Amino acid sequence: MSAEPTEPGRFGPYGGRYVAETLMPALAELTAAYGEARADPSFQAELDALLADYVGRPTPLYYAARLSAEVGLSVWLKREDLCHTGAHKINNTIGQVLLARRMGKRRIIAETGAGQHGVATATACALMGLPCEVFMGAEDIRRQAPNVRRMELLGATVHAVQSGSRTLKDAMNEALRDWVTHVDTTHYCVGSTAGPHPYPTLVRDLQAVIGKEARAQALRQIGRLPAAAVACVGGGSNAMGLFSGFLDDADVKLFGVEAAGDGLETGHHAAPLNAGSVGVLHGSLSYLLQNDDGQVLEAHSISAGLDYPGVGPQHAQLHDTGRARYGAVTDAQAIAAFQQLCRTEGILAALESSHAVAYLPELAEQLPAEAPVVVCLSGRGDKDLDSILAYLDAHPGSRR
Amino acid sequence: MGRIQDAFDRADREGRAALVIYLCAGDPGLDTTVELVVAAAEAGADIIELGVPFSDPTADGPAIQRAAGRALSSGTTLAGVLGAVRAIRARVETPIVLFGYYNPVLRYGETRLAERAAAAGVDGLLVVDLPADACGPLRDAAIANGLDYVPLLAPTSDASRVALAGRVATAFVYYVSMTGVTGTKVHDLEAAAARAGTLQHTLGLPLALGFGIQTREDVAAAARHVRGVVVGSAVVRAIEQAGSPAGAVAAVRTLVRDLAAGTAR
Repeated sequence: MSAEPTEPGRFGPYGGRYVAETLMPALAELTAAYGEARADPSFQAELDALLADYVGRPTPLYYAARLSAEVGLSVWLKREDLCHTGAHKINNTIGQVLLARRMGKRRIIAETGAGQHGVATATACALMGLPCEVFMGAEDIRRQAPNVRRMELLGATVHAVQSGSRTLKDAMNEALRDWVTHVDTTHYCVGSTAGPHPYPTLVRDLQAVIGKEARAQALRQIGRLPAAAVACVGGGSNAMGLFSGFLDDADVKLFGVEAAGDGLETGHHAAPLNAGSVGVLHGSLSYLLQNDDGQVLEAHSISAGLDYPGVGPQHAQLHDTGRARYGAVTDAQAIAAFQQLCRTEGILAALESSHAVAYLPELAEQLPAEAPVVVCLSGRGDKDLDSILAYLDAHPGSRR
Repeated sequence: MGRIQDAFDRADREGRAALVIYLCAGDPGLDTTVELVVAAAEAGADIIELGVPFSDPTADGPAIQRAAGRALSSGTTLAGVLGAVRAIRARVETPIVLFGYYNPVLRYGETRLAERAAAAGVDGLLVVDLPADACGPLRDAAIANGLDYVPLLAPTSDASRVALAGRVATAFVYYVSMTGVTGTKVHDLEAAAARAGTLQHTLGLPLALGFGIQTREDVAAAARHVRGVVVGSAVVRAIEQAGSPAGAVAAVRTLVRDLAAGTAR
């Protein structure tokens, strides 16, 4: 299977560009600028240098011995939580802000859910001396207060979005409204492999460093390719980054883990591939949560970074073709996995990443005992402590 | 020749621009929408753009976002909107363009929508987030059912996109006056209208200028340059502020009468 869109901006039937006419020339301009940058060795060299010296790449592939013993697999954690700013998001923002500067854009905007992408964008903008404005749902501002403070310290302006469910979806709506208003001067730094073409391709390519490193590290450290690669999926950028390293390795099974929230059967979840249907949201055709009249439904997840009713179009294609399989774990399972990783490995993972860890028992049923598995630990969990402690207080039985 | 082209031609003969009035269907309820459309038509609207509410209206400013929210809260569906069009058609002949976002259209089915919209008495379709590059199936279905298909152009559209919109349009092109969302005041309406007038000449098709046109003076400035002038957010705000369905009908009647007085060239 090709990792490239089957026609410009399409992954099978998915993807495309469904935006207001005003934005169409800007998307064409971005696509062309990205094509030129990709062909320019000096752009890649500058990006590589920043990823190494500023972000701290390559991130380790770490053998989690005590976790492995508990789940019955050989678990190798791809430590994106050790990136500067504490999550994989910065791989994308450094690349996009470099590209925006090359395009002569004078202002950067971004949406954020958990705040990780907002922090990563604010960081890249501080590094390159560009003004940054971040749109964040009011509910997420409440849930992720430390990240709001961080963005402000980094010089960004954070706009509280009060519309809709006041989460990531609404933040993206508001960022699109800002972009349509200031499109001449502004680059919209989309945080995931979602949105109109070229974003799903652009963000995937910038995150592909995760999978590229992980593949080489597996060959060197494990002595073979892993049996499976696992990552959480909201919009899907850390998963697409990891998967892209293994798409052509047919023996490596790919697993994406969506947020099942209170449980798929309750309707309170954020799992469009497991329990949604095909439609258009935020500029591309993919799976999403919607009602019979095509109105987008609110997602529900304890993890702000997964609390999104859509999913990137390439995941929709990988789901349909069966190249990747998509499971889902509940809030309760994610919280349990978070505690398990704390206890067994001394690592506080982000709630997003904890979803990937929580899928390991299910995976152990499908794979041979001790099979090597690479898990993308996409971010660190310090930002989530308030949410987690509140959950444990409200659910005393879930404390491990 | 359809009702939309008739409306432009009649306005031309009368030495004025066609007044296009946008309303969000179902705000505050579909029964009221019927009365609001009839009132707007009687007060001088030449064409009605009937907004189909969507949960994520990314091209709209706060006024139309709130209207869509009220419409969805009142239980408005696309099928319900078509029912309202049937009720309107029993009373006035003013052409109606359904104006919405792509996902509800896709969910309903493009061919099914074109068939049922035509049967209900709709005259044209406009989908904000369906660029001319991707409108093929919906446009084909519209034309097969005798509906007009209305593409958009924006200040950022280059010559190739203008040409594309010209090929796709069957009756008129909707020109967005500025880079921005609905309901924002235009920085320099005179310049935007002049630009639109040049574009209309290039296209050889009627052009309706919308976004940021709020008063009779705005309408008059636009009418000197283009064959169609769209007022949306100002109408939606009048409905919002009226406080009751009867008050909204009276407010829309007064506002549209005032706006219509600005259409003379």
